[in-house]
Amino acid sequence: MQRSFLLYFLITIIGIIFIGRLFQLQIIRGSNYDPIHNSAVKIEYDYPERGYVYDRNGKLLVANELSYDVMVQPNQVKPLDTLEFCNLLKIDKDSFLKRFQRAKNYASYLPSPFLKQLAKEDFAFLQEKLHKYSGFFIQKRIIRQYPINAAANVLGYIGEVNETLAKENDYYQAGELIGKDGIEREYENYLRGRKGKKYLQRNNLNKVTGSFSNGKYDTLPENGKDLSLTLDIDLQVFAQKLMSGKRGGIVAIEPSSGEILALVTAPSYDPNMLVGRKRSKNSTILFNDTISKPSYDRGLLAAYAPGSPFKMMNALIGLQENVINEQTSFKCYHGYKYGKRTNEFMGCHCGIIGRPIKLKTAIAKSCNSYFANTYKRIVEKNNKPSEGLDNWHKHISSFGLGNYLGYDLPAGSPGFIPKGATYDDIYKYSWNGSTTISNAIGQGEVLTTPIQLANFTAAIANKGYFYTPHILKQVDKKPIDNPKFTIAKQTTIDEKHFSPVIEAMHEVFKTGTGKWSQVKGIEICGKTGTAENFAKIDGQKIQLPDHSILVAFAPKENPKIALAIFVENGGYGSTIAAPITSLLIEKYLTGEISKANKYREQSMLNLSLQDIYDKLNQKPKEIASGTK
Amino acid sequence: MRQERNNIFAQIDWILVFLFITLVGFGWMNIYAASKTEENNQILDFSTKYGKQIIWIALSVPLIIIILFFNSKFYERFSSIFYVISLIALVLLFPLGKEINGAKSWFNFGAMSLQPSEFVKAFTALAVAKLLSDRQYNLKLIKNQIKAFIIVFTPALLITLQPDAGSALIYLSFFFVLNREGLTLNYIIFGSLLIILFILTIFFGYIPILLSLLILITIGVFYAIYKGGKRFIRFNWYKVLTIYLVSTLFMFVTNFTYNKVFKQHHRDRFEVLLGLKTDKKNIGYNSHQSELTISSGSWTGKGFLKGDITKGDFVPEQHTDYIFSTVGEEWGFLGSSFVIILFMLMLYRIIYLAETHNNKFGRIYGYGVASILFFHIIVNIGMVIGLLPTVGIPLPFFSYGGSSLWGFTVLLFIFIRLDAHKNYDW
Repeated sequence: MQRSFLLYFLITIIGIIFIGRLFQLQIIRGSNYDPIHNSAVKIEYDYPERGYVYDRNGKLLVANELSYDVMVQPNQVKPLDTLEFCNLLKIDKDSFLKRFQRAKNYASYLPSPFLKQLAKEDFAFLQEKLHKYSGFFIQKRIIRQYPINAAANVLGYIGEVNETLAKENDYYQAGELIGKDGIEREYENYLRGRKGKKYLQRNNLNKVTGSFSNGKYDTLPENGKDLSLTLDIDLQVFAQKLMSGKRGGIVAIEPSSGEILALVTAPSYDPNMLVGRKRSKNSTILFNDTISKPSYDRGLLAAYAPGSPFKMMNALIGLQENVINEQTSFKCYHGYKYGKRTNEFMGCHCGIIGRPIKLKTAIAKSCNSYFANTYKRIVEKNNKPSEGLDNWHKHISSFGLGNYLGYDLPAGSPGFIPKGATYDDIYKYSWNGSTTISNAIGQGEVLTTPIQLANFTAAIANKGYFYTPHILKQVDKKPIDNPKFTIAKQTTIDEKHFSPVIEAMHEVFKTGTGKWSQVKGIEICGKTGTAENFAKIDGQKIQLPDHSILVAFAPKENPKIALAIFVENGGYGSTIAAPITSLLIEKYLTGEISKANKYREQSMLNLSLQDIYDKLNQKPKEIASGTK
Repeated sequence: MRQERNNIFAQIDWILVFLFITLVGFGWMNIYAASKTEENNQILDFSTKYGKQIIWIALSVPLIIIILFFNSKFYERFSSIFYVISLIALVLLFPLGKEINGAKSWFNFGAMSLQPSEFVKAFTALAVAKLLSDRQYNLKLIKNQIKAFIIVFTPALLITLQPDAGSALIYLSFFFVLNREGLTLNYIIFGSLLIILFILTIFFGYIPILLSLLILITIGVFYAIYKGGKRFIRFNWYKVLTIYLVSTLFMFVTNFTYNKVFKQHHRDRFEVLLGLKTDKKNIGYNSHQSELTISSGSWTGKGFLKGDITKGDFVPEQHTDYIFSTVGEEWGFLGSSFVIILFMLMLYRIIYLAETHNNKFGRIYGYGVASILFFHIIVNIGMVIGLLPTVGIPLPFFSYGGSSLWGFTVLLFIFIRLDAHKNYDW
């Protein structure tokens, strides 16, 4: 063996090893290499302006405003006159040092916010002096601005993208703005537009040295789209005013389209509170208020027993199932006895004792006995209560009750409508209509939200169909074409059965519980209700003032507005809910409140239930609402 | 005895010259890519790295002509003088040297600096060739081995003291030369074993390796007794004892050296390389960036001057020690394999030519050249592609730097000069 062999051999081996390693690095590992997302390429974003929001009549609800952040890049900061600088920014020295340290901890060679959202006056003043302080500069930012103080629950708000979301979603970087609630969240994709991207070549010192690949990958920003909502902001503002001092929700819908005209929750807050420098302070106040819950949208979320308005549901099902007809009558003796024992008795305040009561009167006078009988017939129609109740459930579901309605706002509650199986579980298969008799009058297990009730009312107004309620009317002035909102949904009740019910509802405002809230020249159809609610205090079940409930639509022919209103602890529906309803209908249909009804407007505006709420809050308790 | 022809250029090996030109030229292109900036991209801008490199390359032409001008005899006759001058230069660095990056390796002559250790390699190779080419010389004798070791390790020691351990490491390559001339392979085998043992110790710790080593030796001894019977013990007991003692001592010394003599940054380099530590920001930054840069090249690379990581200066020392990562990024797998193949061809060619020499001096020197280049390539590219720890030595003909370019030019062209003369009697 030649002695030169060793070196030849080693050179060959090393050559093979090196080329193999290169293959591993460049071909195997290199296939995962992303030419754009690596440390040598910096992406600069060009943010488009976020879309504006208007109401149905073109009134501006959400606009943009420039705001100015003082930014700092710590490694460029030179020794400075701290005192003067602090005076300029109106902060003290401790705050200065804290902010500076925070920026340094983040990254010494990257800019980060030093002082956010400067007032305009401060900015003008600062702009002239800032050149003296190297490392500090101003960055413009767009913040939301709300010209009208209303509908905060609908509009929602925007906030910064957090690290978690930024990791999950490719589009967002931490610290960018994103819709957090309301339509800002629901229609984020429309409103935000699409940010432009510029790919820049950068070096190891993070200094940009030119464009990357001659801008081959760059994209232009696309402006956000303007949205028009279905809200009538005048109606919304008026409704919010009427609800001042009360807790509850109002939902008004245009029956012919499903457009939400007003969506009120009370108490609410000024949307401008969640903008600007006071934002974090204010959000603590808003989101930590667990007593009046201003950030809780009662119109969408509050699931309560619907009470008397639910009787119309049972009437419609009774008619459809042919267990009653318009002429069917029942007698009432202060109530309905559904069992043999004395306590198995449901009281009634209809006041018609011993005489036959027909459907129209039963609804107008809200006779519990009538609907107890009807309900019992529905459920026990084929002597199989479970099947009967399932059938009952099917009819109710067709009105959108008992499940999410599918409207275009991020908050919601399904409510609850029991099925046969519900009671099979509870009562081990031995139950009948009597056992569940509370359902006849909208108490018991039934739970609905105000928007579900409003939609239910709209379906009655339409005599059998409804459009899924929605808040978005136009995108960039073009009407929406989402079939979910533009195609009517049929209920399982035939059109002919609605007339007697509507007549009866008309009677409510003519001669019944709503007669004190009539409006001259407008035919209102409605139904008042109260939902009992209880609190458990020291293990004792204590009855609290009833929740006031009302559903209504108007005018009777060719209805323009259907609404549901709900006032917590508001007592009888006729005392608070009815006058507010009639005021809203009058305002919406005629555009103003007639002189004759001014007193009504004043008394409702001034009415406050705060005393009652304060009293309730003195005792630690859990409110078990709407159960009996 | 034939007369040497006047025209030396007809005799030189043009293949080597061609490989040299290709490597230097391609090297310069990559230096240009690595050191060009948006503001400075004029090729003849001598304030830039690539501009200066052009000067070094241009000045290497007269250097080559001078080297070729001298007679082959001259290099043999004066090799001892060159060697002594080299040692003096290295010693003079201690009082006169300029400190760069913590090592006193440079003489400063106003506008330019010179790194003597880059030239000493060539002169040591000459001295070794001179020593071994003596007809009386027999490398089997321990006395002669020690002589050779002294010649090789004196400059290595001086360079280590600068301190520039990386450059000193190169002198290990002379073992190949000595082996070619009759030194037993045991030194290389033993050395490799020690390196393996060393790596295993870092991996598994001092005690487990020591124990398994002792167990292995014991098994070996029992095997020898089984084979050789009692006679083995009677005649070899002192050898067995020595093996036990030496291996225990070695393990102890290794452990001590690694933990006490090595600095933390040395240990970190080893541990990052062996995957015991992951660190992409500090110690591992260079290797990580370098690997990433090379990976991004894929099959054909991003194209000349289009390497965005190179442009962004993300790899430290990319124009010098890490120049190969630029090749990887801009020329891809094909380009970097091409460079490796060029180097392999050059090494094969030198060894092939050396073996055809009639006289020992030329052959031994040629072996020296091949071994030195080989070692540089292994250590440098191995480091850049993340197979070996970070050792800052240049890639021959490729890396930026006048001393290194000239050092390798002198090394190679003395061989080419000797080779041109090989067919003539001395």
